[in-house]
Amino acid sequence: MTKGVEMREQNITMTIGRGVVVARPDSRDALRKRPRVGERVIQSLLFACGFISIFTTLGIVFVLGEESFLFFGSEEVSIIEFVTGTVWQPAVGEFGILPLLLSTLITSIVAMLVAIPVGLSAAIFLSEYASPKARSILKPVLELLAGVPTVVYGYFALTFMTPLLRSVFGQDTIEVYNMASAGLVMGIMIVPLVASMSEDALTAVPRSMREAAFGLGATKLETSVSVVVPAAVSGIMAAVIVGISRAIGETMIVALAAGAGPNFTFNPFKAAETMTGHIARISGGDLSYNSIDYNSIFAIGITLFLMTLGLNIISRYFVNRFREVYQ
Amino acid sequence: MTQRATLVSAMNAMTNIGTDTQTIVAADAPKMKTESLSIYYSAFRAVADVTLPVRDRQITAIIGPSGCGKSTLLRALNRMNDLVAGSHIQGKVTLDGEDIYAPNMDVVDIRRRIGMVFQRPNPFPKTIYDNVAFGPRLYGRIPKTELDEIVESSLRRAALWDEVKDKLKQSGLALSGGQQQRLCIARAVAAEPEVILMDEPCSALDPVATLKIEELMQELKKDYAIVIVTHNMQQAARVSDYTAMMMMRSDRAGEMIELDQTQKIFTRPGDKRTEDYVSGRFG
Ligand SMILES: Nc1ncnc2c1ncn2[C@@H]1O[C@H](COP(=O)(O)OP(=O)(O)O)[C@@H](O)[C@H]1O
Ligand SMILES: [Mg+2]
Repeated sequence: MTKGVEMREQNITMTIGRGVVVARPDSRDALRKRPRVGERVIQSLLFACGFISIFTTLGIVFVLGEESFLFFGSEEVSIIEFVTGTVWQPAVGEFGILPLLLSTLITSIVAMLVAIPVGLSAAIFLSEYASPKARSILKPVLELLAGVPTVVYGYFALTFMTPLLRSVFGQDTIEVYNMASAGLVMGIMIVPLVASMSEDALTAVPRSMREAAFGLGATKLETSVSVVVPAAVSGIMAAVIVGISRAIGETMIVALAAGAGPNFTFNPFKAAETMTGHIARISGGDLSYNSIDYNSIFAIGITLFLMTLGLNIISRYFVNRFREVYQ
Repeated sequence: MTQRATLVSAMNAMTNIGTDTQTIVAADAPKMKTESLSIYYSAFRAVADVTLPVRDRQITAIIGPSGCGKSTLLRALNRMNDLVAGSHIQGKVTLDGEDIYAPNMDVVDIRRRIGMVFQRPNPFPKTIYDNVAFGPRLYGRIPKTELDEIVESSLRRAALWDEVKDKLKQSGLALSGGQQQRLCIARAVAAEPEVILMDEPCSALDPVATLKIEELMQELKKDYAIVIVTHNMQQAARVSDYTAMMMMRSDRAGEMIELDQTQKIFTRPGDKRTEDYVSGRFG
């Protein structure tokens, strides 16, 4: 009997609908789950977007893997030769990645030697020293610098940086195409990235940290260097590592300015092709599909992929390891 | 030598005479003093015309309703307000009779001599040791053994040594809120200041931690002039020797309406508004 009454009550509530809910906000109906259509649509849409990016990555890994499997599967090359050989000459069947890898490392190191100090100093200046007015001018300029197409940077290296280096160090020491010039300009290209990511990390340091340091009689420089920068170290490390990935993956500048031909040398003033530069040049020519040359590109590609993947993992480690908990 | 002995006996004699005499002697030469001090944020006058002596080896409490300019006044005492763009003062703030806002004064040096403890504990994300050693390290290279001693004695002074002596290499952020605040006090003490300013140092702490800090203040007062801002009447009554009562005027500028020995402020206040405030009738 009681059950019947309860059910009838429920029916009435349902037919009257929302009016009841509004009139009696304390009733159970107010808490009842209501379908929200918009929410579900958005959710599915977001899921689809996430899925696309994951799917693309998987696709890339699959293609890279498949083609390089063919490459390493052929009897002309072995993995050992690939990772230890110092000659890359597909025409004569020499597939040693080291000359390309070394050139990539040298250009990237030169680039980071520019990008880290300049980018970090710019970040410190922007977050700790610049007046709001100076910042409002400098930040857009920095962002503009980040928007310059890399081909422009490439010609900047070739027509400005290289002649400059040659006039300073002499025509004999510095070849027309050289890794130093490409690396320096690549560094300039990466400065905005490192600066803006580091600046985000620095401005995220609570004001109370700076006040504590100033309150102890620290100067602005002492506060920046010994309190703010260490407190932001995880973000800065992430910025640096993203910068390195960027340097390793950069193609246009090195293709234009670093040289067109694999060359195993530690001398940054000499021409030497990087991994990306080589891929760009070879795929520009007429490569017959399914030839060993063609497959070799993918072997280089997967090496690049593994390097950036490794850097990303390191970067995540740093972000988690050094993340400081502010209450 | 004899002169000194006479001085000591004279001082002893004074101590024996009683508190009132002692107060008068101390009043002659306050450690710090603000004279007709007004503090502005751009055009807005946040504090108006405050004349407040801060006596050495005494605790001066600043009380008053929220927004009346207590923190502003406190932060003017070590020129922390200089960090706020557009802030400026009128009047004078002296430390041992020297105008700290005089153009030839070094603001960094002033902040070394006048330490500060903030409302929320703000240890650096560094080890406990490095937190305490921060101040001394700023002043030049110090041999390790000497630095160890400074760190230990500062932590002892802040009543924290026994709790952390085995984990000096752990992050200061791993401590509890009350411990963090005592770490901040140790950090301030290690910088060997002459005055310590505290802006509601217990407002983020639980009652037990609060009690610890209050006991600590009684210890510290033996060596330093202490100024504490608090919105907690009982705290002001418990810990301070002098109390300054601030109120907001109708133009929103904060003024000091009364300054007296704490005991008097809480028992026989001279101003009706003080009486209302300390008895909890408003604010
Ligand atoms: N950085 C600032 N810039 C502008 N106005 C401020 C700033 N800090 C405080 N004020 C203003 O000064 C007045 C006093 O603030 P404050 O000293 O923090 O009061 P209290 O500590 O007594 O609560 C308030 O009106 C507040 O809005
Ligand atoms: Mg305040």
